[in-house]
Amino acid sequence: MTRFVLTKILHAIITFVLSGIVIFFGVRLLPGDPALAMAGEEATPERLDAIRADLGLDQPLLVQFLKFLGSIVAGDLGDSTRTGLPVTSMIATTLPVTLWLALYAIVVAVVVGIALGMLAERYRGKWPEIGSNFIALLGLSVPNFWLGLLAILALAVSLGWFPASGYVDVLSDPIRGIYYLTLPAVILGTSLAAVITRQTRASMIETMGTDYVRMARAKGLSRPRVLFRYGLRNSLIVLVTIVGLQLGGLISGAVVTERIFALPGIGKLTLDAVFSRDYPVIQAVVLVITASYILINLAVDILYSVINPQIRVSEDAS
Amino acid sequence: MSEEFVLEVSGLEVSYGAPVLHDVNFALAPGERLALVGQSGSGKSTTIGAILGLLPGSGRVSAGSVRYRGEELVDADRARLQTLRGRSIALVPQDPMASLNPSMRVGDQIADALRTYGMSDTREVNRTVVRLMTEAGIPEAETRRRSYPHEFSGGMRQRVLIAIALSGDPDLIIADEPTSALDVTVQKQILDHLQDLVTERGTSLLFVTHDLGVAGERTDTVLVMNEGRVVERGEPEHVLGDPQDEYTQALVKAAPSIVVDRNRDQESDRAGEFDAATAPANVLEIDDLHKVYRLRGRGREVHALKGVSLTAERGKTTAIIGESGSGKSTIAKIVLGLEKATSGTVLAGGRNVDATSRSERSTLRRFSQPVFQDPYSSLNPMWSIERIVREPLDVFKIGTRAERTKKVAEVLDHVAMPTSMSDRRPADLSGGQRQRIAIARALISEPELLICDEAVSALDVLVQEQILALLRNLQSDLGVSCLFITHDLAVVANLADDVVVMKSGEIVEAGATRDVIDHPTADYTQKLLAAVPGSGLLNV
Repeated sequence: MTRFVLTKILHAIITFVLSGIVIFFGVRLLPGDPALAMAGEEATPERLDAIRADLGLDQPLLVQFLKFLGSIVAGDLGDSTRTGLPVTSMIATTLPVTLWLALYAIVVAVVVGIALGMLAERYRGKWPEIGSNFIALLGLSVPNFWLGLLAILALAVSLGWFPASGYVDVLSDPIRGIYYLTLPAVILGTSLAAVITRQTRASMIETMGTDYVRMARAKGLSRPRVLFRYGLRNSLIVLVTIVGLQLGGLISGAVVTERIFALPGIGKLTLDAVFSRDYPVIQAVVLVITASYILINLAVDILYSVINPQIRVSEDAS
Repeated sequence: MSEEFVLEVSGLEVSYGAPVLHDVNFALAPGERLALVGQSGSGKSTTIGAILGLLPGSGRVSAGSVRYRGEELVDADRARLQTLRGRSIALVPQDPMASLNPSMRVGDQIADALRTYGMSDTREVNRTVVRLMTEAGIPEAETRRRSYPHEFSGGMRQRVLIAIALSGDPDLIIADEPTSALDVTVQKQILDHLQDLVTERGTSLLFVTHDLGVAGERTDTVLVMNEGRVVERGEPEHVLGDPQDEYTQALVKAAPSIVVDRNRDQESDRAGEFDAATAPANVLEIDDLHKVYRLRGRGREVHALKGVSLTAERGKTTAIIGESGSGKSTIAKIVLGLEKATSGTVLAGGRNVDATSRSERSTLRRFSQPVFQDPYSSLNPMWSIERIVREPLDVFKIGTRAERTKKVAEVLDHVAMPTSMSDRRPADLSGGQRQRIAIARALISEPELLICDEAVSALDVLVQEQILALLRNLQSDLGVSCLFITHDLAVVANLADDVVVMKSGEIVEAGATRDVIDHPTADYTQKLLAAVPGSGLLNV
């Protein structure tokens, strides 16, 4: 098991380094000159050279790349050209917002999705299944931003149940923090919840039809025990894989959701940086998002092996 | 009703919309062993489902009653049934590979049952788990209980399931084809063991099987079912020795026997002579074949074949028999060119199968064609029968379009399938019909060697008999040679001219079928022969 986890971590590190290379050269392949973008159209050649020297862009690519790697390791991602603040501290203030939002959205999606999916399986052909299928279809097909706007109109503006925008730090004031994040998290989690609902329903139908579930019932086990320990537990194996693939989408979804609810997260930072051609920030944000994709996949891989003993043993042998 | 019977089924009718089970009656006294025999679809499993209240889908009991010690189970509420299951009526299910929760340690799955039956002290639960596993014949139960199902062989999994069945100390054990998925020698051990346990405890046994031999040997009463009805019942000697019902007679007749049909030998001898004039006498020559599978990492290796040498005569059927893991299917894969040997040579029709060029490989593919075990997964479900059968002609670019169509009709005729079926898809066909299509597909490119890998193992005994007859006819009509891979001695006796017995990647015995079966020299062959169920009852 330890060996398995260590191998997976090593793979994650290799993936991260490779994606660092892609990001570094990808940014430099983009049309346009960062120095020109920073200094403006009327800058003198001397001014541009000075900026290039300042950014290290006058040095050979390989040297730049090594410096880039070095600065990542040192935790220094440069300064924003828009605000002049260190990129690391900008990310440090915005990342937690997005992480809380994503985490909350995952919890909502998993709880709602599994519950709806299990209901649909339990009452096949009856109204709970029809209802659950309908909600799932809605969740998949209605765009997030529109659903978000509707939710603000109905639940925040008309009914006043939730705040329409704003953010309270979850750690310093958990109750109000969670309250403020609820609407955005529900909206962000909708499509994930829809995917989980469908997947849970499909895997539960399959699992509940297996011989071992029949055997569990023949043993005289109680219905909840059969449902959760034999049914859901084995359905999770498929579910985790699918959900893992979907989690990446949460981060791009967060960009839109944060915009709608005016949350000061990574998504908002990215949009602002793109609009003002803030290359150091864009580069850093892409790097952070890549890192979180890799971490999520690592977590899914490890979780997968915990849930499915067959994977653990066969991978252990390899 | 009285309580002298543990289980009393009367006038039982089960419906899925329309009734599928009609007026089933039987009763089981304490300690009695009763066999329910029939082919798939005969209603055996439906009967069990009705007794346990575990009918799948929309199935329901539409008439009749099921009584456990006088208590009606048909309208019993869920809680009552839950209490009875495991504690009073336990199940040993059909497929040990699929009947254990794959994400739960085996010990926990037994403990799960014990806790449900009211044992709460963890130490006591653990002790009982170890005791039950040991009684079921699992060695080193103390450590093995922490293993997951996939770390157990099929036979060991079935022992775990037996341990589960014993855990509630039930009065009645329903064994649903408990060994049909297992090798014949393992099957014998498990059945002997189950029988001992049941006798020791005085438990009643309802034994469901498709195998008349197994039923006859191990029970007091045999019930034969066909199309949802009980067609014959009585003591095993009467039912098997002097069957009254037409269906039972057919079943007894088709029951695999290991008596070699001597006339057939001479017939295929002639076929051999006929071909010998034009081509080498051996259609297949295998010399010192080794196959090593490397498991990734840790340098572990599995020696699947350890220097196998054999020859197969042209125009004859050579059987390779062995249990799972003996390496018999590996030989088939290598001969078919689907896998490469680690060392050794295989000459198919005088050509080395280790060919490198594309055209050589194509020639070899035309030389030998496979028929696989599972007719349900070896035909493309999206294609029509016509297209499936025609495909080899398309691939090998044989003939014009019209010629191909004509050839398809011809081959379908050979395998006794009406041409009118050619627009259908595999889903419309029965298992036996599908296997006929698989054989037609294999034959259409006129291969010299047909490789049948457990080609009848998935079929019911009556259908099995038909397919074997078909293969025999095809051989005498077309002179095609056949390499028949099987675990079933009865099939070998029925079909093969020569037999090669394999165990753990080595040949333990080879020779003419008649000699090997009448005078086995290797211990292992003798063991295999002794393990054939019902050999004593059916072949006297």
